[in-house]
Amino acid sequence: MREFITQPWSWWFSGAMIASIMFFLLYFGKSFGFSSNLRTICAAAGLGKKTKFFDFDWKAQRWNLMFLIGAIIGGWIAGQFLSNGEPVAISAATIEDLAKLGISAPEALQPQELFSIEAVFSLKGFLLLSFGGLMVGFGSRYAGGCTSGHAISGLSDLQWPSLVAVIGFFLGGLLMTHFILPLIF
Amino acid sequence: MKYIKFIILGIVFGIVMSKSEAISWYRIQEMFRFQAFHMYGIIGTAVTLGVIGVFLIKKFQVRDFHDNPIQFFPKEKSIFRYLVGGTIFGLGWALSGACPGPMVVNIGYGYFALIVVFFFAIVGTYLYGVVKNKLPH
Repeated sequence: MREFITQPWSWWFSGAMIASIMFFLLYFGKSFGFSSNLRTICAAAGLGKKTKFFDFDWKAQRWNLMFLIGAIIGGWIAGQFLSNGEPVAISAATIEDLAKLGISAPEALQPQELFSIEAVFSLKGFLLLSFGGLMVGFGSRYAGGCTSGHAISGLSDLQWPSLVAVIGFFLGGLLMTHFILPLIF
Repeated sequence: MKYIKFIILGIVFGIVMSKSEAISWYRIQEMFRFQAFHMYGIIGTAVTLGVIGVFLIKKFQVRDFHDNPIQFFPKEKSIFRYLVGGTIFGLGWALSGACPGPMVVNIGYGYFALIVVFFFAIVGTYLYGVVKNKLPH
């Protein structure tokens, strides 16, 4: 049983669980969209005094902040108790491609070159992490949602604006992966 | 106590995202290089079940836990904002290997570098709020 839980979970089980989370949120009268929390945090920080976009009743969004806190706890539980410590089993082709960029093969879940404490405190590492975050935060609000809001909730409701957003997600992701990453690494 | 159910759903989300390895930068790279089915399988399964479920909810006019009808709100019709905003999002997604949910799951998992990414995602959202009215949508 323990081995069953600590090995990586299959794509079909994980996908079904994500759909279930969306349905539970619908049942509770809410909708699945994680990036709204970023706007809520800005509003809770009082930024609505100067910027109208953050001037709304953020307290109505507290349920989503609770979901965020749960997500942190869930990550902690998975890391502490449900992990077998094996490296991520990505394909040999990906390992080879990343080696050309100077990114080592997985030893855990994340590459040391980007997410170690040394990387955070290096100028290049800090800039990469901060620009990555900046674009995710800016882009998700510009597009009106992220992977959960558009790719999962929006596509499930067959909304074409969400399909356009998902096409954009891939356009940006492919550009970064194939054209920009080789320039920065 | 009315919030406990959302904390529990969040915990399940955090565990699923970790155990499916969808929070891994490596998995996102593998996806954008089309070198494995894994991420497509996760998203494809979720969307397939999602489409079926949403269709059934609408067909049978399912009510939520407060006995209100479950509603879906059509998103505002436009192409520019979704395509351009989405592309900016995608650039950041492939660079940091995490969309907003996985950022915080990673922090819980013990990858504290993602605190920087998450902080700047908040800054990015703030910047959007400041320049919103000057941007084409």
